[in-house]
Amino acid sequence: MKPKKRGKGILSRLLMAFFFRRKTPKIGIYGPPNAGKTTLANRIIHTFVDENEDIGAASGMPHETRRAVRRSGIMIDLKLKSVQSPDPNHGSDPEPKVKERKERAKRKLKLDVVDTPGLATKIDFHDFMAYGLEEEEAKRRAKEATEGVIEAIKWLDDIDGVVLLMDATEDPYTQTNVIIIGNMEARGTPIIIAANKVDLADAAPERIMNAFPQHPVIPISALKGENMEMLYEEMARRFR
Amino acid sequence: MEVKMDLVSEDKINSMGSMEKLRFVLDGVKSGNIVVLEGGLTSEEQMKLIELTMTEVNEDFPGIEMNGYPTKRGFLNLRRKTRLTVIGPANTMHTIKKDNDLISAIISAI
Ligand SMILES: Nc1nc2c(ncn2[C@@H]2O[C@H](COP(=O)(O)OP(=O)(O)OP(=O)(O)O)[C@@H](O)[C@H]2O)c(=O)[nH]1
Ligand SMILES: [Mg+2]
Repeated sequence: MKPKKRGKGILSRLLMAFFFRRKTPKIGIYGPPNAGKTTLANRIIHTFVDENEDIGAASGMPHETRRAVRRSGIMIDLKLKSVQSPDPNHGSDPEPKVKERKERAKRKLKLDVVDTPGLATKIDFHDFMAYGLEEEEAKRRAKEATEGVIEAIKWLDDIDGVVLLMDATEDPYTQTNVIIIGNMEARGTPIIIAANKVDLADAAPERIMNAFPQHPVIPISALKGENMEMLYEEMARRFR
Repeated sequence: MEVKMDLVSEDKINSMGSMEKLRFVLDGVKSGNIVVLEGGLTSEEQMKLIELTMTEVNEDFPGIEMNGYPTKRGFLNLRRKTRLTVIGPANTMHTIKKDNDLISAIISAI
């Protein structure tokens, strides 16, 4: 009697899951080492989940992230005060209620964020020694970094959307950037390019826009939190 | 020291299976050659090549430098046509400039 009952429970749960499932999209943050992927992932979590929760450590040494990390169930809510830029004529807009409710529904999006290791075609342990690591440690980090690159590539199979992050102070026309975009286009996976570090004086986001005119490019500073609402709006638009 | 370049015809590339192709390229690069592929590799093949490269990176082989022109859309935008891919050992080949129609690389013998 008991096993039969349990079986029915599982069946109905499966049926429920089948008819009411709405898969939460998994959004991968991709890009070259040091672009600011972890900084961006942390900022998203701080804004929408918990100010004290980090997905991982950010640092100036490349290949800081060597394992992909997923944070599930982040509710991107564009109505949050902390998301919006200061609005000069606040509170004086008598919007019809129905429209407002519809708008709000569109302005919320639940997603999983995956912070990935930086993609590279070469990893030289000498580069880590230049950051002050001992030879043994540098070699270990290089080995882990190669595994991280493979992991990031394998994750692409499970990703529903990509935020491709580039350092706006650097040349965007690298082969890894071109390859990520080419792969996403071939799979039909939506992609948003974020031109990061626009707080720096030599940032040139327009260079990125010129290099990849077929995709939306949002200039941001993940560190300073500049222009984040524009990125979240684009995410809500492309990733639902 | 000399640097060898392999200029590989599209016919030869197309006669190979996908893994065979990547193995051929990586073996060439690991023995120090610059490999130029007429017709090039697709983005998917290039991603696979990075993956394969990463499994073989070690103290003597830091990896590859890769460049190429992005695919062009063919008839009715259906067929994606790759154009040219250049792959070399990362310790001798350095791309110094790249845009839509020009790639400049420096090759330094070590
Ligand atoms: N000025 C400035 N620095 C930034 C910004 N975003 C990230 N950084 C810095 O860039 C460095 C790399 O940031 P990470 O977030 O670790 O970069 P990552 O892309 O995760 O790097 P890997 O994990 O190594 O691939 C750190 O020193 C950050 O503080 C930004 O918007 N502006
Ligand atoms: Mg990181």
